[in-house]
Amino acid sequence: MTNSISIPASSSGTANMASSVHLSLQNISKVFAGKRDWMSKLQRRTSSDYVALKDINLEIEPNTFVSIIGPSGCGKSTLLNIVAGLSKPTEGAVLIDGMPVTKPGADRGVVFQNYALMPWMSVLENIRFAIETVDPALSKSRQMAIAQEYIELVGLRGAEHKHPHELSGGMKQRVGIARALAINPQILLMDEPFGALDALTRGFLQDEVERIWEQQRKTVILITHSIEEALLLSDKIVMMTRGPAAQIAQILDVPFPRPRHRETLDQHPAYHELKTAMELHLSRETRAVEAARI
Amino acid sequence: MANSTISPALSRSKSFRLTTNQKATLLFLALLGLLLLFWEIGARLKWFSPLMPSASQTLADSWEWISDPFFDYGPNDKGIGWLLLTSLRRVLTGFAIGSAIAIPLGILIGLSKVVSKAVDPFIQILRPVSPLAWLPLGLGLLRNSENTALFVIAITSIWPTLINTRFGVQNVDSAYLDVARTLGASRWRTLTKVILPSAAPYIVSGLRISIGIAWLVIVAAEILVGGSGIGYFVWNEWNNLKITSIITAILVIGLVGLLLDRLFSILQSWVAFGRKV
Repeated sequence: MTNSISIPASSSGTANMASSVHLSLQNISKVFAGKRDWMSKLQRRTSSDYVALKDINLEIEPNTFVSIIGPSGCGKSTLLNIVAGLSKPTEGAVLIDGMPVTKPGADRGVVFQNYALMPWMSVLENIRFAIETVDPALSKSRQMAIAQEYIELVGLRGAEHKHPHELSGGMKQRVGIARALAINPQILLMDEPFGALDALTRGFLQDEVERIWEQQRKTVILITHSIEEALLLSDKIVMMTRGPAAQIAQILDVPFPRPRHRETLDQHPAYHELKTAMELHLSRETRAVEAARI
Repeated sequence: MANSTISPALSRSKSFRLTTNQKATLLFLALLGLLLLFWEIGARLKWFSPLMPSASQTLADSWEWISDPFFDYGPNDKGIGWLLLTSLRRVLTGFAIGSAIAIPLGILIGLSKVVSKAVDPFIQILRPVSPLAWLPLGLGLLRNSENTALFVIAITSIWPTLINTRFGVQNVDSAYLDVARTLGASRWRTLTKVILPSAAPYIVSGLRISIGIAWLVIVAAEILVGGSGIGYFVWNEWNNLKITSIITAILVIGLVGLLLDRLFSILQSWVAFGRKV
């Protein structure tokens, strides 16, 4: 394990650790427009508008790890895409330190559910691609050094020159995390990053994220389905209602001291109470989703 | 020992069983032998046309052609190596011209939905046309048989590459594009570093189909425009009623076609990086 990680200063000269941006979601609504043009009418393929998110308000303090949890299809990923700038809200705005988000930017690193590694690039090239794209002026040797540093951080030393198809799912997501962190973003957005992994690998990677977060303490938004994952990693857990028109049901504070260890986490007096509250909420919402389908 | 009870059974089954490949090779050799035998007997007993040479005669004549591929006794009497090189040069030149048009055009079309839809009728109508239908047009426009052959091969090579390139560019995994967007990559950087490498397997499979068809068409084109090359040779030997030469040429054309296909299949595996197209 690497103990002395220095976060590379970006070109603008912002120094180590502790990014301190305030992220604010204000009255976010997202409506996916239905098809009502005459062609669709002719083909009887009209559909009505779908309201995915309705009036989401959320303030995220600097350096907070926030998990968003909710039933399938509740628009969690949509919300994350809006924060990432990949999708525009129909109403409302995302503010980063008061500035509205209009497009994607290198201040937000994204870890994708399906890794989204370029198959034709090696591990090193995937990470260097991100660094070079964000800061083309950086010398090649510096880019290499930063890439190596993050490869080391996620424990992939020795696999630098492998291509994604030679890696396991867990290793791929390590690359995904390294790539997102290597551009030194102020906010890290993770969209169900461990959803496609087996339970054991998922556990390893959660521990890894916990360890890295202890070192880097960025603002993180994690979309997840897993109650244990949310409890292990987050400072705050945002529980969403089912869609359509998904809203925030409740925000839980997670008071466990850090660094956290999965083995001892459940000894904290609040653990079971929080877990039960989340289980109740999720099963209630999920049952309602299923009932609505019948 | 536990092993001792298992190993004899294993070794026995091994000594009697052939792998799939070994079985296939044996069957291939048996089929080849039967074919040659049928051919030899049939030719000797005059079952076929009187023109049909025997298998042994054909093999002997083939050997003459193949053992001395590079002789040159004037324009109508060249070794089969020269003939192949002439045809290959034409195919590769025409293919290069066609690909140089098809790939950039395919990229441009693939990048814009509007252009893609606007250009589609042209492609759909021209694509099913036999390349040889362009030959008289080429002769009329270019007034030169050599350039007409190149023209026909170029036209032939365009369609599969164009269509595959467009498909590859249009079907880049949106996750890759999202990565580029979140990093703030410029359009040019997204094109060169993401879209093109992502489309490369499709482009190469288009090239592979194109070179295959080009090699099919060159024989017919050379028969029609005449002058030189393996296609002209086939026709010339028909006029000389030398059937053994024609059969030799057919086999050699097949082998070269196979070789070209293998080359592009290797190229495909180079750009695939574990992806399947």
